[in-house]
Amino acid sequence: MLAPFLALTRKDLKLFFSNRRALLMTVAAPIAIGSFFGYIFGGGGASTEPSRIPVLAVDQDGSAISREITAALTADKNLAVKAATLEQAREAVRKGKATVAFVIPKEFGADAGRAFFNGAAAKPEIGVLYDPSHAAEMGMVEGILTGHVMEAVSKEMFNGPTGRAVARDTLAQLETSTMPANQKTSLRELLHGLDGWNAAREADATPGRQAPRAGLTVPYRVKTEAVTSGAGVKYNGYAHSFGGMGIQFILFMGIEVGIGLLTQRQTGVWKRLRAAPLSRGVLLGSRATSAALTSMFVLMVLFAFARVVFGVHIEGSVAGFLGVCAAFSLMTAAWGLLIAALGKTPEATRGLAIVTTLFMVMLGGAWVPTFVFPGWLQKLTVVIPTRWAMDGLDATTWRGLGFAAAALPIALLTGCALVFGALAVLRFRWEVDG
Amino acid sequence: MLEVTALRKSYGDIVAVDGVSLSAGRGETIGLLGPNGAGKTTTVSMIAGLLRPDSGTVLIDGRALAGDTDPAKRAIGLVPQDIGLYPEISARENLHLFGALYGMDRAQRRRAIDAALDLVGLAERGKDKVSGFSGGMMRRLNLAAALLHDPQLLLLDEPTVGVDPQSRNAIFDNLETLKKRGKTLLYTTHYMEEAERLCDRMVIIDHGKVIADDTLQGLHRLLPVANVLTVELEASKSDALRPEDVRALPGVQSVEIDGATLRIGVRDLAADSPGILGWLVAHGRPFSHVASERASLETVFLTLTGRSLRD
Repeated sequence: MLAPFLALTRKDLKLFFSNRRALLMTVAAPIAIGSFFGYIFGGGGASTEPSRIPVLAVDQDGSAISREITAALTADKNLAVKAATLEQAREAVRKGKATVAFVIPKEFGADAGRAFFNGAAAKPEIGVLYDPSHAAEMGMVEGILTGHVMEAVSKEMFNGPTGRAVARDTLAQLETSTMPANQKTSLRELLHGLDGWNAAREADATPGRQAPRAGLTVPYRVKTEAVTSGAGVKYNGYAHSFGGMGIQFILFMGIEVGIGLLTQRQTGVWKRLRAAPLSRGVLLGSRATSAALTSMFVLMVLFAFARVVFGVHIEGSVAGFLGVCAAFSLMTAAWGLLIAALGKTPEATRGLAIVTTLFMVMLGGAWVPTFVFPGWLQKLTVVIPTRWAMDGLDATTWRGLGFAAAALPIALLTGCALVFGALAVLRFRWEVDG
Repeated sequence: MLEVTALRKSYGDIVAVDGVSLSAGRGETIGLLGPNGAGKTTTVSMIAGLLRPDSGTVLIDGRALAGDTDPAKRAIGLVPQDIGLYPEISARENLHLFGALYGMDRAQRRRAIDAALDLVGLAERGKDKVSGFSGGMMRRLNLAAALLHDPQLLLLDEPTVGVDPQSRNAIFDNLETLKKRGKTLLYTTHYMEEAERLCDRMVIIDHGKVIADDTLQGLHRLLPVANVLTVELEASKSDALRPEDVRALPGVQSVEIDGATLRIGVRDLAADSPGILGWLVAHGRPFSHVASERASLETVFLTLTGRSLRD
């Protein structure tokens, strides 16, 4: 039985490698798409300038505070701020040319100053217009805006002429206020102290130069560090994207294995094979073996390309990496057999198989990492074999983990291969069509 | 060599093969004839072990096939109706593969491939990809692929479908060579002339049932009229000729008069024609043209089933 098995396997490999155009597409397509996704999701780790969020500033106030806010936002490296009128801003956001526009209304500076010292005073509103398809950027801009507003308002309130005027007004209004006496006393001392502090600063300032001003600032800085396989090793987005695209296109190869078997059933070849003294194990096993070998070959070519061109390294266990690739290749081969077993005709089967595969790819995190999924979806996707393949490849490539991290994915993928294979053998229609 | 008894196969309510029995001895060529959908391919598939019959038995050399890997399958060579080849690889590579499926080692395969390609006239094209072959060449290679393991029984399922006359003749020459070598051939077709040329015996099948199983001569005996004599009378002399006068002549079985054309069914063309023609001349019915034709298998099928083989 070994000679027919080897002959059939060799034949499948020969057919695969003899179709140069299909072979090129099988390898070139995942390389092209993997390169694109890799670039989008972080590239090779080189420091690149992040794309700035287009923001429009509508300053209807023109006060020192509003000018300060606009200037601070303009200087922010995450934003690309331009001035606009309200109408221009609304139109630009509607057309998608700006992601966010903020509108500082008239009297914002004065109102904000009053509200700064007196929580009971009416708070002015900064209008924010945003593109609903960019909700994430909206949240980011809102955070940046809050920081700059706090800094600009507090700076003006503590050091600026508006703040000093507001402080004097507040002192004047304090006498008629209904505030409790002890609170009045404390606030009066605070405002007098502030006025005196500003006078002292001006007296100490260098002649001809304005005293340095400062407001409330965020009392911390963030120090970020990407935790990868080792100190100084940068995250390489191509490791994930090449794994993901490899998985996607190899699953497509699995579909072709299934469709190929269904197509073969309609030809004389299948009758000739079934007329020969061959076991079912030889017939399906040889097909699965050749499919697994071609899958393994494609994965190796993809990662070799990623290593040479994009510097992707197997930072973790090489044995684990090869084990995940082999287990996934086996699972793909069994997946192909299952498609052939469950499908009726090639035409009817192809569409359903493609949709199912795309779901497996999408939910497995081959397109975008699963950590961007909602929590419930992340929990749900543990039943998807492609998720384990991706986790295993991520673990052994850019995460730099040992064989232990790949062991579970290998075991689960091999288990899936066995289940799919067993189902395929049980459900396969062995009889030829009459 | 082949003994098929009461074979039956149905798909739901449709009975594809309904109690088919037939046999073929060593060196015998049996034609399995019937229109499309008669159950020929299903019968062949059950004989080759590709389909499990609902009931009935198939014995190859006296024993039934026992499962997929039964070595007795080596006695069978199947030529499927659809081309059973991989077009992307060469003729020799195809044959190497199919030889390997029967456990032949490389040296055995090489010898068998040379012989098979030589037989079907493709020795010069062995290294060429099958995708570049004409339909006729593919058919011939399809036959060669079934011969590699030197089977005693060849199951040929419409092996000349879609083939040009030249290639068809080539295939027939190949089959006659195999017949001379003592192979048993079961040949399914709906082309009567093929069966007439090749087969020792014919099994006619319709709606899954065997309706006749005999030699060509035996089948002709089933016909009420085995031969037809067509006489073109001179137009002015055909008036007042009465069919019953002609029918009364010795050997005449039927008479049909259509204007000046007289069609006379006779049992024995050679023995009966001179008397009929002499009687016409003697009775003032000179003729301008005489033609005779033997009843074809098509006529046999039409007589037995009431429909054409090519329906």
